[in-house]
Order: sequence, then C-alpha cells, then structure tokens
Amino acid sequence: MSLLHLAIISPFLLAILVPILYKLLRKVHAGWFVLPLPMLLFIYFLSYIPRTSIQQTVIKSFAWIPTLGIDFTFKVDGLGLLFALLITGIGSLVVFYSIYYLSKDKEQLNTFYVYLLLFMGAMLGVVLSDNLIVLYTFWELTSFSSFLLIGYWYDREKSRYGAQKSMLITVFGGLSMLGGIILLYLMTGTFSISEIIQQSNEILTNPFFIPAMLCILLGAFTKSAQFPFHIWLPDAMEAPTPVSAYLHSATMVKAGIYLVARMSPIFAENGLWVWLVAGFGIVTLFWGAFSAVKQTDLKGILAYSTVSQLGMIMSLLGIGGAAFHFDSSNNSYFTVATVAAVFHLINHATFKGSLFMVAGIVDHETGTRDIRKLGGLMYFMPITFTIAIIGTFSMAGLPPFNGFLSKEMFFTAMVRVLEIGIFNLETWGVLFPIIAWVASIFTFVYSMLLVFKTFTGKFQSEKLAKKPHEAPIGMLIPPTILASLVIIIGFFPNLLSNTIIAPAVAAIMPNFKVDVHISFWHGFTTELFMTLGVIVIGILLYKALPKWRRVYRLFPEKFSLNRLYNSILDVSQRASRTMTNRYLTGFSRTYLLYLFAFFIIILATTLFVKDAFTVKTNNLSSIHLSEAILALVISIGAISIIFAKSRLTSIILLGAVGYTVSIFFVLFRAPDLALTQLVIETISVALFLLCFYHLPKFKKREERMRFRIANAVISVGVGAIVTMIAMSAHSNKLFDSIAQYYVDNTYEKAAGKNMVNVILVDFRGFDTMFEITVLAIAALGIFGMIKLRLEGGKKNENQ
Amino acid sequence: MKTNDLILQTTTKVVVFIILLFAVYIFFAGHYTPGGGFVGGLLTSGAIVLLLLAFDLKTLQNFLPFNYIYMIAIGLLFSIGTGAGSLLFNVPFLTHVFTHIDLPILGDLSLHTATLFDLGVFLVVVGVTMTIIQTIGGDE
Repeated sequence: MSLLHLAIISPFLLAILVPILYKLLRKVHAGWFVLPLPMLLFIYFLSYIPRTSIQQTVIKSFAWIPTLGIDFTFKVDGLGLLFALLITGIGSLVVFYSIYYLSKDKEQLNTFYVYLLLFMGAMLGVVLSDNLIVLYTFWELTSFSSFLLIGYWYDREKSRYGAQKSMLITVFGGLSMLGGIILLYLMTGTFSISEIIQQSNEILTNPFFIPAMLCILLGAFTKSAQFPFHIWLPDAMEAPTPVSAYLHSATMVKAGIYLVARMSPIFAENGLWVWLVAGFGIVTLFWGAFSAVKQTDLKGILAYSTVSQLGMIMSLLGIGGAAFHFDSSNNSYFTVATVAAVFHLINHATFKGSLFMVAGIVDHETGTRDIRKLGGLMYFMPITFTIAIIGTFSMAGLPPFNGFLSKEMFFTAMVRVLEIGIFNLETWGVLFPIIAWVASIFTFVYSMLLVFKTFTGKFQSEKLAKKPHEAPIGMLIPPTILASLVIIIGFFPNLLSNTIIAPAVAAIMPNFKVDVHISFWHGFTTELFMTLGVIVIGILLYKALPKWRRVYRLFPEKFSLNRLYNSILDVSQRASRTMTNRYLTGFSRTYLLYLFAFFIIILATTLFVKDAFTVKTNNLSSIHLSEAILALVISIGAISIIFAKSRLTSIILLGAVGYTVSIFFVLFRAPDLALTQLVIETISVALFLLCFYHLPKFKKREERMRFRIANAVISVGVGAIVTMIAMSAHSNKLFDSIAQYYVDNTYEKAAGKNMVNVILVDFRGFDTMFEITVLAIAALGIFGMIKLRLEGGKKNENQ
Repeated sequence: MKTNDLILQTTTKVVVFIILLFAVYIFFAGHYTPGGGFVGGLLTSGAIVLLLLAFDLKTLQNFLPFNYIYMIAIGLLFSIGTGAGSLLFNVPFLTHVFTHIDLPILGDLSLHTATLFDLGVFLVVVGVTMTIIQTIGGDE
C-alpha cells in the first residue's frame, strides 16, 4: 500500500464519511466537505509532472489475487497522469460549481456527493491501473456511478429512462470488453498491460487477435458514445448539469478514448484497427455535428457536440495508429495525429466544461434551456456571455483560442492520411479530409447557434419562468477558470507541450521519439484555407438555416436508432415477462415441482451417463433391532403425513419424524448433531404453528386427496435418487476420507477437542461465515416481505 | 395467541432460566465437548419461543426489548470482524489464535479467538430465528 494507492481509494473513503458529516452538520452544504479532496489530489498528481516529463513511470503494486495474476498495480505515466489531472482538476471545479448549483434545502446532497466520489475514485482507478481486470472492475464502477447520477432526480420519468439506457449500452460494451481482456490473457498469459505490450509482436498472427480487438473496441465505442452507440449520451443529459459537465463531457466518456490510446501499441500494427477506430471516429464526428444543429435544447446541442468531438479524437487516434507501421526513428510526420488527439482532449475538456457550466447557469437563472425561448440574455448576464463566446469560438476552431490550434492539427493529420500509403488509405482515405472538413462546418454552425440564439436577438420575457439575472459569483468562478485556460493555452500552447502532451504521446507510442511543438502560424497552408472555408461557408449556412432546416425532416423517425433501441427494449421486456409469468405462479408447490423435477433429471442423468450407480455390500455394519424399529417409525410417520386430514396432524407427524432422526444420531454417537436436530425440530414446529394461522384452510377438494400422478412420480423419484446416491457414495470411495486429518490436527492446530465445532468455527470457518450471512439475508427478506406488505395494506386503508 | 395457562406460565418462568443457563454452558463448552454457537443460539431462541408460547408477543417484547435485526448485524460484525482482524497481523483471513492463561480461582483457562467468531454465530442464530418468528407471529 503506497501513497498512490491511498490517493486512488481516498474518494471511496470520503464517500463513507460524507453521509455522516451530512447528518451531523446539516447547516453546511455537503459540497464543502468534498471539495478539498479533488483539490489535494490535483496537487498530488501535479507533483508527478517532473518525473513523467522525462518519461519516467511510477509503478506501485499491491497484491490482491496473486495466484490469478490480479494485483492492484497502478502505473503513472504521461497518459495516465493527463487523465488523472483532468479528473481531479475538472472534478474540483465541478464540485465547487455544484455547491451553488444544487440547493442544500431541496436536494438529497448526501447521495449526490457519494455517487460523485464513487465516480471520481473509479475513474482514477481506470486510468491508472496497469492490470486489465482491475481496470475492468473500475470501468464498470464508472458505469454504475454514471447510472446513479443520471437517475439522480429519480422521480422524473426521463431521468430513469436515460439512466437505464446508459447503463444497458455501456455495461453491454463493458462485458464485451471483459471478453476481449480474457482473450488477451489467453494469448499472452498476463493481465498486465505493459507486459502485453512487450509481447505485441508475437500475438499479431494469433487467431484470437482480431476477436480480442473487436471486443475491446466495442467496449471503448459504447463508453465513448461512438456511432451507432452514441444514443445514450443525449439522454444522459437528464443528470444535473455539474454531472453532465464532469462525467458526460470531460471524463467518463473519454474512458473509451483512454482505452483506445492505451491499447494502440498492442493492436495498431493491424490495418483493421486503424480503419475501425478512424472510420467510426470520423462517422461519429460528422453525425454528431450534423445532429447537433437540429437540437433546440442547450444541453442537447452540447451532448451531440460532445459525441462529435469524441469522434474527432477517436479518428485522430486511429490515424495515429498507422504510424506504428513506420520506422520509429522516422520523424514525427505521422505521429502528429496522436499529438493532435491528446491536445484536443485537453482543449475539449476546457471549453466544453465551461460551456456546460454556462448552460447550467442559463437553466438556473431563466428556468429553461430551450433556445427557441431564449434570446437577448447578453444584457442580463454579461459575464456568462463572455465565457460562452470564448467557449463556443474555441469549439468552432477560431483563433486565438486553443480550439483553433488543435483543429489546425486535426486538419494536418487528416490531410497527411493521403500520404500514409498503406491499408488502402491512399484510395478511400481521401474521404477522411473531406468528411472532417464538412463536419467542421456543421461544428461551426451549431457553435454559433449555441451562443447567438441564447445571448443575442430578441429578449422574450413572457416565455421565461423567472426574471433572468447574472449568476452568483460561485457559479461563475469555475467556468471563468476554464475559459481563461482556453485563452492561455491558445496563446501559450507550448506550456503544455513538453510537460503534459509529449509524455502522454510517448505513453501511447512507446519507442517513438516525439517532439511536440505547437505554433500559431504555419504560413498559407492547406489547413489554413480549410479553416477559412469552414468560416465562410459556416456563416452562410448559419444565416440560411431556416431555409435548409427541412433536410432534417427527410430522415423518417421510424428508422432512427432511438426507435430501434426502444423496440429492442420493448420486445425483450415483453418476452421476459411472458416467460417469467409462465413459471412464476406464486405457489410454492409449483416451485418445488420445478426444483425436484430438475433435481431428478440432472442427478439421474449423471448417475447413468457416468455409470456411477454401484452397490457393494461389503464393509457394512450389522443392523440392530433398535435401528430397524426407528427406521420403521420414520417411514410410518413420513407416509402418514400424506394422508393427514388436517395441518395440525401433519405438523406433529413431521415433528415426530425429526425427533426420531435425532435418536438415530444418538445411536450413531453424534451428540452434536443430535442436539442440534432436537432443538431445530422444536423451533421449526413452533414456527410451523405460527405460520399455520396464516395458511388458507384445507379445501374440500384437497381433503379428498386427489391422487396426482405427476406429483407422485416426482416424489418417488426424489426418494429413489437420493437412496441410489447414498448407496453409490458408500460403495465408491474415490478418495481417502478427510476424517483422519481432522482427528490428527484438531487439537494440534486448533486447540479444540470437539472436532465438529472446530470444523465449524476454524477449519471451515469460511463456510460458516457465509452460512450465517445467508441466514441473515433470509431473515431480513422475511421481515421485509411481511412488514412492507403490512405497511402497504395500511396505506390502502387510509385512502 | 391468547393463553391463560397458569401451569405452563409458572413452569416457564423457572424452565426458561435453566434453558438459558444450559445454552450459555453449551456455547462455552463447544470447543471441548458437544455444543457451540449454533446450538447455543438455537437453545436460546428455544427458550424465548417457550416464553412466547406461554405469554403473548406483547409481554415478550416488554420483557426482552431487543431489536433482533440489530442483533443479526452485530453478530455478523463479530464473525466477519474476527476474520478480518487477522488481516491486520498479515495472516490469511480467518486465522485463529489461542492462548492459555492461569487465573487464581478458575484455574487454567484457554482463550481462543474462535470464541469471538462463535459468539457472532450465536447472535446471528438468535437474531434470525427471533426475527422470523416475531414477524410471522406478529403479522395479523
């Protein structure tokens, strides 16, 4: 356990404390307890920069399940550190913002911050784990916390729908990723990412290579909302705005990008990887930007814009993967795509984070996010307007903001695709720069829509629920910090290049010598003319929007992906309901029927397939008269239960059978068993008598004891099978009995003389522990069922 | 459950204490002679059930005002805590230790962490049985 481990689990630890602090100090906004942690962690991770910038990695390991090769191995390299800084940095700002955004009187703040901390810890775990299983565990935890946060306002139907959708899609991808991880393990025999990378040349021809790649990509694409899995992200906007800014824009949705970057050294040698990652990325870029224009909800525009920008980063990583094919000593001609990806990742977090916060402010102060109702807000919220201008212009790729720099690099990378000359990129590859350019025009259009429809134009006070005014200072500070970063990075991009970007690129592309230098002015290059074209055509399209908006109606609702998702959900729900209703009848006799029927089928088949049924009559002890009498009593008791006319009789008969069995234990000198059996029998008879009161009366029909053939067959079958197994078990002694071990060691090792008890508490203590846990769960279940039903009943009476 | 049985009530008042004492004995004796936390717990709940049968649920709850659900939780904490405690000494989960001490009057006494574990079992068993019986019995 090192400080690094502590840093990663500290959010979980704080999550335990938050509800207690919340209860004790109701007057203080719970966010203040949370805020110091991400700030401290941010400073802590900053202290790694001197080490990572000279390409050192820090690895700390802590054994978890060493026998399976699963350990908490955390590795801080350039890529992991970049993400860790994003998570803690944006995390601090978001927590600060949320203190002003969420009212402490109206909201359940304790759960909110517990979920948020859960997410923060899980996300740190994802980006710093070197062990794939640990990574996967944290990965699923981020999906869960995202689910909980989207459904935070759980009384809204749309929140629940969005939460479920994100959960289904991302967990589906997560499971497929687990499959990919297992395939990787089968190929390499290790879960450690760094060790797999060292073997990456040997696994290229393995038949599992392509399936593993596809499975892992599926995980990454679902998480990072790539087309066609992007449909969950717009619905996730039902979450409180700080959450959207944090999870669904800056961090969690970038987990897929992180995974692709991490896995690039393993898979990028293969052309399929380059095509898939770049192809899905570029399609997502276009589709997201295109769909964003038709949105009317501010957060809807931002959601589709996030989808589109994620696609852009993804496509850059794909193209960057092609560089693995060239000699690593080659210059940085093709690695520019990866540099652009990392750079844009940072820029996107800054401008999109600030824009989400702006959307939150607008929503908070006007009561709506619909751009058809908004307008003219610049007079009421001058500061918010300034931040929005900076954010959107950076998003549109305008100078002098940081978005311009990364967009230029993006164009450079896309233009150079034509020169790569492998994987058929020289022919179809020409699509990349074209789609990139068209998508950038749409990006420009929706960026303008976002800022000008909200802040300029006619102010429509009659459509707003509240009278708008500038937001409180606390809500303005975080977006202002992000907006200043947009400008600072825009003017001094090389502040980041050797400290953060170069180490991150080096982690994605080991063995490459990366030299990052970002400059503002490249001369009159193709990229510059592409940007100019984007601006000119973008302005034209923006002005002419009402004329071509009809394009969007050409796509019939019927064939939309959302419709597909809904119908799949519907069909599967209906099918499972039909299936469940068929076997869940609500009668325990039906369930017993199923249980015993399967019991017979499975055991009988095994007995006969394995030819295990044997009877050996040697080594049997003689039967005493007393034992014969007891057996007779048990049989008579058991059989008479069937013919008992009342419940009371059958309960008493059942008790008699149980007591007789305990006499057997006495005869066979098992005092512990006898004692337990006696007491159990007493208590269960008492319990039966209590239940008795609630059971319906024996019906006339049942009193006649209509003989049911099926039931009879099954009951006789169970008896026969158990007898056969008992006989075979006696006759086949495959192993030596373990009894001797206990005889020898009970006193030696456990200092006890009662072997049965020592086995229970010591040798097999684990079993006992779980057994009492099961007992506890059963008791709580019964308590819950009966008490909840009672309370429900009372409520109905009141109505 | 209305009972007005004087003989049963009078006997119960005496017998319950005998059973409870026996249960405690059985619990502690478990390591060397038949018994242990499980049987001890069952016997204790047997005694309580006897009270329940002789008197009614209300009287019982006045007499023994336990929240049996808390008892389950405390029991589980004891058992799992004993197991987890061994992790602090860098030995595998659920490793027990024992020692002998000499006390002036009681003589040689064996102390064993397994007893703590067993105490957890005891509490869970009492808690579970009584929760079930009380909920079902209290359901109108």
